[in-house]
Parts: sequence; structure tokens; C-alpha cells
Amino acid sequence: MKPLAPISSTARVVLGISFFVLFVAAWSYATFGGFVSKTFLANPWTMLQDGWFLLVKQGFLHDIGMTIWRVIGGFVLAALFAVPIGILMGAYKPIEAFLEPFVSFARYLPASAFIPLLILWAGIGELQKLLVIFIGSVFQLILMVAVSVGSVRRDLVEASLTLGARDAGVLKRVLIPSAAPEIAEILRLVLGWAWTYVIVAELIGSSSGIGHMIIDSQALLATGQIIFGIIVIGIIGLISDYAFKAANRRLFPWSII
Amino acid sequence: MSKLVIDNVSRIFPAVRGGTPTRALEPTNLSVADNDFVTILGPSGCGKSTLLRMVAGLDTPTSGRIMLDGKAITGPGADRGMVFQSYTLFPWLTVSENISFGLRERGVSQRERTRIAGEWLEKVGLTSFANHFPKQLSGGMQQRTAIARALANDPKILLLDEPFGALDNQTRALMQELLLGIWERERKTVIFVTHDIEEAVFLASRTVVMSARPGRIKADIPVDLPHPRHYTIKTSPAFSDLKARLTEEIRVEAVLAAEAH
Repeated sequence: MKPLAPISSTARVVLGISFFVLFVAAWSYATFGGFVSKTFLANPWTMLQDGWFLLVKQGFLHDIGMTIWRVIGGFVLAALFAVPIGILMGAYKPIEAFLEPFVSFARYLPASAFIPLLILWAGIGELQKLLVIFIGSVFQLILMVAVSVGSVRRDLVEASLTLGARDAGVLKRVLIPSAAPEIAEILRLVLGWAWTYVIVAELIGSSSGIGHMIIDSQALLATGQIIFGIIVIGIIGLISDYAFKAANRRLFPWSII
Repeated sequence: MSKLVIDNVSRIFPAVRGGTPTRALEPTNLSVADNDFVTILGPSGCGKSTLLRMVAGLDTPTSGRIMLDGKAITGPGADRGMVFQSYTLFPWLTVSENISFGLRERGVSQRERTRIAGEWLEKVGLTSFANHFPKQLSGGMQQRTAIARALANDPKILLLDEPFGALDNQTRALMQELLLGIWERERKTVIFVTHDIEEAVFLASRTVVMSARPGRIKADIPVDLPHPRHYTIKTSPAFSDLKARLTEEIRVEAVLAAEAH
């Protein structure tokens, strides 16, 4: 192996898959081999059986649907709010000076710690779940978008000024298009974090969703179901990640990212 | 008649963290006539780029004023087109869209934009690259597009800040011929900043030599070589004489600059 030397796409796929195979093999060895008690860790086969049972008998598809809708709902709300504010913060220094200290502070408030308060304010309905994701994502998004807009190449802005662009033109036709691929990349990243918040939100005071199923399964010591739930989250995350990446490539063919 | 008047313009950059302020440009006077091609020649750090940026309105003089057609310059504007040393094409726009950027900012109709961009694409020989993105172009092509982008806006004056500095020698020579050809046809007023003596002589009808920091104008030399100029002029005796004279002027400054650093 040489540092930074590229590899063929076939080798990339094979290597990527082989780790999953290795992972499942180690798991099988530990469980089928009797090294770990069934109470603590289900074996892969039990996990699949439990998964089938969940999907066919327990209406788990509905839970998956609920969770996806909460993530997307909360995340879209946060993005609608954060992207414009982040762009304004990045473009206009007084707005940045006004908001940046508070947003930096709010970013460290853990979304999960708000759950009791949010239950008090919004009940245990859908609004509360959306708010957890909103609080968890919005401040991160604002800051990252502001940084990406603020770090747009100065010489591009100067070039646009010598071509007669004015304030609104610089914002609309230089800063925003220039930062757009990075903003899309930020959205992809933060969506991943939103997935962790939704499960936490569903662990407490929920009657549906993947997190709710996991908590229910804990009471039954059904580790196979828990693992199945976790794997489902992973797979959905992977799919949304690839979809985002593909969309970004199509939307920004000029970009190097 | 003078088109551009630089009147007692100086630039001092404020001190950073208790250091001394940098005197980038001593009070400088310079008049540029209509349709003239002036090259500003100097060693690095002589304030030549600072002077050009102040003409563009991207930097503000510490003292003095700059007038274009009798009006004081207060900020950047479409009447002064600029080509930068770094590649500043907008990466998200195609070559054709880049060229019509300024027209679009002025509210020119889509049809008219396409027509003007088409003309300029032809003048810089990039018609077949109209729909390419900048990252698909070579450095020379990018700078050709940047020149077309500045000129498509029909500025009163064209400012170029070492535009060919990052190009290899052969490409650079071709770009000089292309730019000179455009100027011979369009007769724009041009200020061209460079540290390359041959480039300064080949392009100019007048060369201004600047001294090392703090920058000031040291010599102002007319270049009376005939137009249209062919690249073979670079080997003529008249060209060599001018080059020798400028080499002498600039060498003293380069030595001073090297000692100062």
C-alpha cells in the first residue's frame, strides 16, 4: 500500500463488502459458538426471524414509516429555518456578530435534555418529536452554513463587483451558488445526526416508531428485535446518504466535491 | 485628453499587532490617455497591484483621488473591467454564462446576452467551449474567458493584474498576441500590471516603471514600436534597446527590494 494511491472501483466494492461479511462472521462465531449468552446477544439467524416476525405480525413497517416521517419533518423544518439564517449570517457581519455567540452557546445544549421540557410544552404527540429533531439540528446547521457562506472566495466576490454586481447580486448570484454544494453536503451530514435524535425522542413517551419498538423489546429481552431495529436504522441511513450524494452530484456537476 | 487621472494617490496599510504601518505606495501621479495601452512594470511588493486595485475601487487610497472621465472613483463598478492573476471565473457558470455575467447584472435581455457572448467567444477562440464549465478548461483558456468576460461588459477602461503570471511561457506569448490583437481592433484604454519586462514592452504604448517599497513611479517610457505588432518584433533592435533600458531600471529596484526583505 502506498499513501494516497487510488484503487480500482471493483476493489473498493469488494473491500467494502468484505468488512460487513467479517463483521457478521465474528458475530456468528460469538453467538453460535456459545461464547455469549442468548439473553444478552441474539445470533444473526434469530435476529432475522425476529425481524420477519416484526415486519409481518407486528406492523413494524408502520413504525419505520413513522420514524422516517419524523426525521424528515423535523429536519426539513430545521433546514427551512437554518439555511436562510446561516446564509445571512455568513454574508453580513453585523448579523453574524448579533447571532453567532448565542447560536454557538445553543449548539451545545443537548437535544435529549430538552425532552422533558418539550413533553411539558408540547405533550407526547408528533410535535414534540419534531421539536427534538429541530432543536438538535437547527443550531448546528446555522453555524455550518454561515461558515461556508463566509468563506466564499474573496476574489470571486471582487470579480463580480468589477462586473457591476451590487449587494443583492453578490448575495444571490455569487455567495449562494458558490456555497451551494457545501451547504448540500452539510445537510447530508446533519441529517445523519437527526437520526440519532429521533430514536432518543422515541425512547421516551412514544407509542410508535423504531425507538418505541426497541424500548418495548427491551422489556421482553428480545435482543434480536433490538438489533434488527438498529440495523434497519443503519440501512435507511445508508440509503439516504447515497441518495443525497447522488443528488448533489447531479445538482452541482461543476463542483469538485 | 486624459481618461484616467491618478492624483497624489498614496496607500498606507495600518499596522498589525504593534508593528509599523506598511507604506505600500508613495503619493503618485499618473495620467492615462484615451485608448492608450499602459503597462506598469515593477518588482513584487512595489505597490503596482495596490495601485490597480484602487483604480478598480477594490481598495481605497489613504490620500489623493482617482478620476475616471472627470468623476471620482468611490467603489468598484462596471465601467472598470478587471482581469485578475488568480482564476476567477465563476465555477458554477458555463464559459458563455461567465462572459455574460456583467450583462446579466445590468439587466440585458437573454437574447442580447447570448449574442454578445457569442461574439466574444469567437474573438477569444472559445466558441466550441461555450457550454463547458471552467474546471474543464486549461489555465490559458480560463484567462481568455476572463478577458472576454471583462470586455463583454464594454468598460471604459480594462485593468489587468498580472493576468498571464501563472501561465507557461508559450501560452503566455500566445495570450499576449491575442490581447494585443484585441486592443489593436477595439482600442480600449488598458492598464496592464506585470513584472515581466518583455511582456511590458511588447504590449505597451507606454511603460511605467515603479520602484521597490515604498512604491513610486520611477520612469515613464514611451514605447514607439509600430502597430500591428507581430511576435517577431521581440527580436528587433528597437525592442532589444527598450528591453535593455528597462532591465537596467528594474534591476536597481530588484536589488533594493532584495536587500530590504
